[in-house]
Amino acid sequence: MSSFVRKFGRRSAAIALVTALAVTSTASVFAQDDLSSLTGEIISDGSSTVGPITQAVAEEFAAEASDVQVSVDISGTGGGFKRFCAGETDVQNASRAIKEEEAKACADAGVKYLEFEVAYDGLTLVVNENNETVTCLDMASLTKLWQKESPAMTWADLNAEWPAEPIALYGPGTDSGTFDYFVETVLGKESEIREDFTPSEDDNVLVEGVANDENAFGYFGYAYYVENEDSLNAVAVDNGEGCVAPSEETIQDGTYAPLSRPLYIYVSEESLARPEVQAFVAFYLDMAGELATDVGFVASPDDVYAADVTELETFLTGGAEATPAS
Amino acid sequence: MSDLASAPLSTTGLRRRQRWSAAMAIILLLATLVGVVALIALLVSIISQGAPWLSWHLLTNMPSRKAEKAGLYPALIGSMWVITLTALVAFPIGVLTAVYLEEFARKGRLSKVIEVNIANLAGVPSVVYGLLGLGVFVTWLDLGRSVIAGALTMALLVLPVVIISSREAIRAVPSSLRQAAFGLGATRWQVAWDHVLPTALPGILTGVILSISRALGETAPLIVVGAAAYVTFLPDSLLSKYTVLPMQIYEWSRRPKDDFQGLAAAGIIVLLLLLLLLNAVAIWLRSRASRRVRW
Repeated sequence: MSSFVRKFGRRSAAIALVTALAVTSTASVFAQDDLSSLTGEIISDGSSTVGPITQAVAEEFAAEASDVQVSVDISGTGGGFKRFCAGETDVQNASRAIKEEEAKACADAGVKYLEFEVAYDGLTLVVNENNETVTCLDMASLTKLWQKESPAMTWADLNAEWPAEPIALYGPGTDSGTFDYFVETVLGKESEIREDFTPSEDDNVLVEGVANDENAFGYFGYAYYVENEDSLNAVAVDNGEGCVAPSEETIQDGTYAPLSRPLYIYVSEESLARPEVQAFVAFYLDMAGELATDVGFVASPDDVYAADVTELETFLTGGAEATPAS
Repeated sequence: MSDLASAPLSTTGLRRRQRWSAAMAIILLLATLVGVVALIALLVSIISQGAPWLSWHLLTNMPSRKAEKAGLYPALIGSMWVITLTALVAFPIGVLTAVYLEEFARKGRLSKVIEVNIANLAGVPSVVYGLLGLGVFVTWLDLGRSVIAGALTMALLVLPVVIISSREAIRAVPSSLRQAAFGLGATRWQVAWDHVLPTALPGILTGVILSISRALGETAPLIVVGAAAYVTFLPDSLLSKYTVLPMQIYEWSRRPKDDFQGLAAAGIIVLLLLLLLLNAVAIWLRSRASRRVRW
């Protein structure tokens, strides 16, 4: 019963918001208090990390707004922004914030957008389950390990007490936002990463790699670690304030820094003129915390969602311009 | 000299040659087993992983973040749309091309060039067709990432194979049949349409179905021309967005939860069954044809 009340409450909140918007927006074709009267098409593309959250939202949204056709693609954050800034998609999923050159591409094409943070993910550093030595790394060692032409070939190069076994590195491929975030955070902006690691766009391949190699070291999203805790060990990160291991708490409260990262959706201003997109985004912000947890991420703090909703409301009631695409 | 020449071949180094033959028999058997064993291992692992997830609602449910109620209904229907449209486009164009090349074209330099080109096109990697489709159908003809753009791309992909197999079927029609029709004053088109095509049809259909089943399993070109990873709806027009079985399988296989690996395996089983069904139809057509044809 409680879940019914929760759902009902949430649903009416979304409807109330949408109805309120419909009154003020020019495209007020619907004043019904019912998502099922909506029609149209919503196209989403972008990060394969954020994709599952948007898919979960689409799944729940479709249950109520059955005449709205939602499609979610997973071209990667970079590939998705190309389409988004060409005006091909309505909702862009991003596992990092938009880059300057992408913002410029959007501006050049006249695509303005709103940015909403929808969840948190903790990039998790992992080693083989039999590796009990490497339990914590400081940021300097992590940088040393992954930088271009890295001198670190064995564990002993990172810590004299560790064995002199060669390290086998695994990481996401270069088209993923996860890769971009990791490089920027660990190595610094404009830095290059070493080339002798095994890349894969499929995180399960990375899991397999690390799980079957005693001297492997890899990184990927927290969800893939949680599902494979039996065959992997997570390595804590020491950013100067002691070793912090990734967990739902440390990721959400930001102590698992700097590898806990926000996940975003970007919504085109032009698309937000359409009632079905307004309803979808309102629904998204309302459900994001719960559904993100369902698919293995960590909900953002409540005030983040509150700020998201305010941003949407302000924009739709004509209060604010969308993020100027400068 | 004469010794060598008169020595019977069968006894020169007989034992050595026999040993070599026996050794080769084992090597050949091993070579054969590599493929068979790999296939069996693949099937066993897929079936053991996927069988628990096979159910009726796998076929009739929409995809879901909850593994126990996830299904591949839109992917199944999307695949049907794509292969049906592919067949509707590739079949007439392929058969007409084959009729032209076999029954009309003069055997000269031009037909040689066309022939070589078709044979080469059959070997072009499928992702190249995807890029072609993206440029021509999605962007230039502005069809967008629609089911028709996907089907047209697939039609281009299977066309060379359809043409080649149709030509073989047409070539298998005995020329006495043509001569008889010509003798009665039939035109070239009448001979082709009234006599050659009906006789060759089962063979042509076999080729078409086999190439369609190739299209069913293709993923690379459809990723390029924009089959979505997830849709909440079924295609309802030629310009609809869509997804297909291989995309759904890929989408599930990259999920973190182990349950989805099982679902991916179950999806592979569904795809394999569909392929077997199509191939069975092709075999049935062929056997029917060989029973009926008498001349």
